[in-house]
Amino acid sequence: MFFQGKAHKLGAHIDTDAIIPAKYLVSTEKEVLGRSCMAGIQEDWVQRISPGDIIVADKNFGCGSSREHAPLAILGAGIPVVIAHSFARIFYRNGFNMGLVLLEIGDDVHQIDQDDHLKIDALKGLITDQSKDLTLSTAPLPEFMRDILSKGGLVNYVRERLAA
Amino acid sequence: MRRTLAEKILQQFCEEEIQGPGQIIQAGVSGVLANDITAPLAIKSFEAMGAESVFDPNRIFLVCDHFTPNKDIASAEQVKTVRQFARKMGITHYYEGGDCGVEHALLPEAGLIGPGDIIVGADSHTCTYGGIGSFATGLGSTDIAAAMVLGRTWFKVPETIRIDLEGSLQEHCGGKDVILWLISRLGVDGALYKALEFSGPGLDRLSVEARLTVANMAIEAGAKVGLFPCDQMTLNYLQAAGRTGDRELWPDPEAAYPERISIDLDRLPPQVACPHLPENVRPAEELREIPLDQVVIGSCTNGRISDLRAAAAILKGRKAAQGLRLIVLPATPRVYAQALHEGLLETFMQAGAIIGPPTCGPCLGGHMGILASGERCLATTNRNFKGRMGSLESEVYLSGPSVAAASAVTGRITDPNKL
Ligand code: SF4
Repeated sequence: MFFQGKAHKLGAHIDTDAIIPAKYLVSTEKEVLGRSCMAGIQEDWVQRISPGDIIVADKNFGCGSSREHAPLAILGAGIPVVIAHSFARIFYRNGFNMGLVLLEIGDDVHQIDQDDHLKIDALKGLITDQSKDLTLSTAPLPEFMRDILSKGGLVNYVRERLAA
Repeated sequence: MRRTLAEKILQQFCEEEIQGPGQIIQAGVSGVLANDITAPLAIKSFEAMGAESVFDPNRIFLVCDHFTPNKDIASAEQVKTVRQFARKMGITHYYEGGDCGVEHALLPEAGLIGPGDIIVGADSHTCTYGGIGSFATGLGSTDIAAAMVLGRTWFKVPETIRIDLEGSLQEHCGGKDVILWLISRLGVDGALYKALEFSGPGLDRLSVEARLTVANMAIEAGAKVGLFPCDQMTLNYLQAAGRTGDRELWPDPEAAYPERISIDLDRLPPQVACPHLPENVRPAEELREIPLDQVVIGSCTNGRISDLRAAAAILKGRKAAQGLRLIVLPATPRVYAQALHEGLLETFMQAGAIIGPPTCGPCLGGHMGILASGERCLATTNRNFKGRMGSLESEVYLSGPSVAAASAVTGRITDPNKL
């Protein structure tokens, strides 16, 4: 799974209310939610995103509630990958389950700057910062999670299992 | 063997040999929980998976507690969806109405959770059951749907931080003061992906209800679970809840803990978390100038009978301050009935309290005590994020029931020892 796009930096402890405030939870459609992605930070945050862009955040990304609307809103905004220092664990699972690629890279996250152009090989866990000629590596995804991602998320994964 | 509590429990449910932290395993589950907010989404995923039945209709718990009694049409529709699904699937443990209470108080009290169980719930405070030795953790709705279908899920084996309890709790202190102190020490991401495991000589001094309060807020430090061993005290509690056949459960004596923290209960004064993060904790005494508009006593953290007793002991013969709304929400119908029987409800009424039904209500800003801009509330709940209980310009402080009751009397944050 290969991705490339521009980095959008975010800080630490970005909570699920920042990613998608409760007042927008009246839909479960990712396109609708995507229009309000990060509205808890700034109402029109999503305007600066082009499809394929990548979020690069600090510690504990996605902390707070177990709402799946959060990864859906990010995908709905056209963002396929989030790179972070670390993720809150319920968000981490929800991300994979919804088909959002999450890469945890610790302090290396500080080497990436706003608007850097990134190239990602998710299966190998390689991130190339083309603006800097820098390659960062993270642990490759466990096989089971690769399986879920390659099927497009947990719903399809279980559906296939049930059909087998 | 040298296994932590978390590893010991997980091993019982998975075929592969557990080697240690970081390993990803597939494990069976003892029970699966969802509520009126998260179940509708899980049901949607369930249907998208093409599933026709749940893995075991006796091991799924659906508790409509967040907005019930239904506060508006949208919440009534959500409950209707859950009710219809429960009927169609023949789910035995479906709750709404008169037998319904706040999920994490209700299920242990009903004897539905036991030590050594693995419970997954579409609610982040599912970790409460760690108080009785259950590996219980919150997941998103689609993970829950998959667990409802397959009766299994995946886990990363967590690293464990061991918490040693020393001494005994002081007057007017309880489980809430222990966990608030610990969260301030760890920070809101200090236990990310990890298990907290409580033990030490002070364990005997912490009632089972206090342990449930402690485990409840493990998630507020980012933890996956907050686990207590199952000792004789737990067994007595479980027996009173109608269970039989449970056994004590302890970590292996040689278990390795990369990190240990000890808490001296003898020196722990009543604690309060300030806006807008549960880690902003200070002794109640240092906050005595903070005036309040509302006090809420209830929730899955502190809405059990021991909490109501602690609050009533302070409120007896006293009145809530002029202009302050004191709201008491017993967490379950059984707690409500017991409080009635013991005369606690009368004490609350005489103090000027509003007594509501068992519901999550104001804890998540749902209903029954929403804050206007500029208002300030002290609550026995577990989260004080910005806007959690109403207006984005309101403030929530968190404490145990004794501080809440004392503060209701004075109208300011008050250490009950100074009342
Ligand atoms: S009482 Fe509050 S924290 Fe507990 S389940 Fe209800 S909303 Fe969640």
